[in-house]
Amino acid sequence: MLRRTADNVLPPLAGVTVAVAIYMVFLYAPTARGEGDVQRIFYFHVPLAVLTFVAFGIVAVASAMFLWRGSRGWDRLAHASAEVGMVFCTLVLFTGMMWARPRWNVWWTWDARLTTTLILWLIYAAYLMLRGSVGVGDQGARYAAILGIVGALDIPIINRSVYWWRTIHPAVLTMREGGSGLIDPQMQATLSVSFVAVALLYVWLVWLRYESMRLHDRVEAVRRRVLDIGPPAAATH
Amino acid sequence: MLALIRKELQLEWRTRETMASLLLLGLLTLLVLSFAFDPTSAIRAEAAPGVLWTAVIFAGVLGLNRSFVSERDNDCLQGLLLCPVDRGTIYLAKTAANFLFMLAAQVVLVPLFVFFFNPSLSPQFSGVIVSLFLGLLGLAAAGTLFAAISVRTRAREVMLPLLLLPLVVPVFIAGVKVTTRALAARPLAEVAHWIHLMIGFDVVFLVVGWLVFEYVVEE
Repeated sequence: MLRRTADNVLPPLAGVTVAVAIYMVFLYAPTARGEGDVQRIFYFHVPLAVLTFVAFGIVAVASAMFLWRGSRGWDRLAHASAEVGMVFCTLVLFTGMMWARPRWNVWWTWDARLTTTLILWLIYAAYLMLRGSVGVGDQGARYAAILGIVGALDIPIINRSVYWWRTIHPAVLTMREGGSGLIDPQMQATLSVSFVAVALLYVWLVWLRYESMRLHDRVEAVRRRVLDIGPPAAATH
Repeated sequence: MLALIRKELQLEWRTRETMASLLLLGLLTLLVLSFAFDPTSAIRAEAAPGVLWTAVIFAGVLGLNRSFVSERDNDCLQGLLLCPVDRGTIYLAKTAANFLFMLAAQVVLVPLFVFFFNPSLSPQFSGVIVSLFLGLLGLAAAGTLFAAISVRTRAREVMLPLLLLPLVVPVFIAGVKVTTRALAARPLAEVAHWIHLMIGFDVVFLVVGWLVFEYVVEE
């Protein structure tokens, strides 16, 4: 029941919201003074960045739950969230670079947030590689869960170390004195819709991956029963 | 636990494989990186702390890679797990042994570093020792946990650096910062927050490693 509802509701809901968000970003929101059209990238960049952190946060929580409870569902959630998080994290880095080139005149700079995001990307790239290179049984899932937890614990430490190191990233949403340029209600509305769109996209994609992993496990279980090669100890997802 | 550490040390003493490879790789890294900079330029002196830490971490990763190979090759891990000790204790013993190996390698590497890069040997040089001590402890704590994991993966030798290097970025940054200050003969108090960061890293990884190690070795 829940499954069917999710399958029927999530794709159109996410699709329509993303379409509305795109319309608002490019046609509805006014062009920022002193920034030009390139500023519009920010409506995707910021929600993607926030959802990246949410996604990796969910990886850590689901990993801890998996180690504690040992149920396959938590492991699938962690894996799915890590994959979607990786895609979002990559997009954050790319949109950031596209904005940085005209604004800062460089593609990349060793600023604290950029560096942290890149390291985050590397940690979860290793996470996905680790999943791919462990053989049979629960081991791969357990190893990945450990990295998921340790990575999440390490992020605040990395964050502090790179902040003490150097920083120039604009503090857009932290509201410095006199606001942050986002006083325009149209801009605020656009950003909010963008947030909802990206969040829905995240939920839908994670749902898709979760379901495909579940079905994969079931197929594997059936195959093993048919071929009579014992219980499905070797779940790859 | 002491018996476990002694077992590691004895094993190493018989072959001296890990120590030899640690030392040689450390030395080679120092050399190769020092070729990267013009010997007369000021950049070379500025780069010295980074070079030292790169050598330390590369050699460390190599040494850690070896730490579970013997257990796996001869199925010794099974025997180790049959010992009437907590899994966390095995982790701590392994970490202690790895830490001691890396520390021992520094006894040779640091003088070589001084020899090649000719930094000023003020009383503040002790800061370098402090940072190496704390940094290696963190590297051993995180490294032992992930060495145990990577030894069972397919791409064994590559997997450890892939997993470990992003995680030890704070140790690297803090180590370079403290070493830079120490070589500039500045008091350690100026880098207190970096030292705190390293202590925090060490504590977090030791505790987490001790807690989750049983999930690593479980069949």
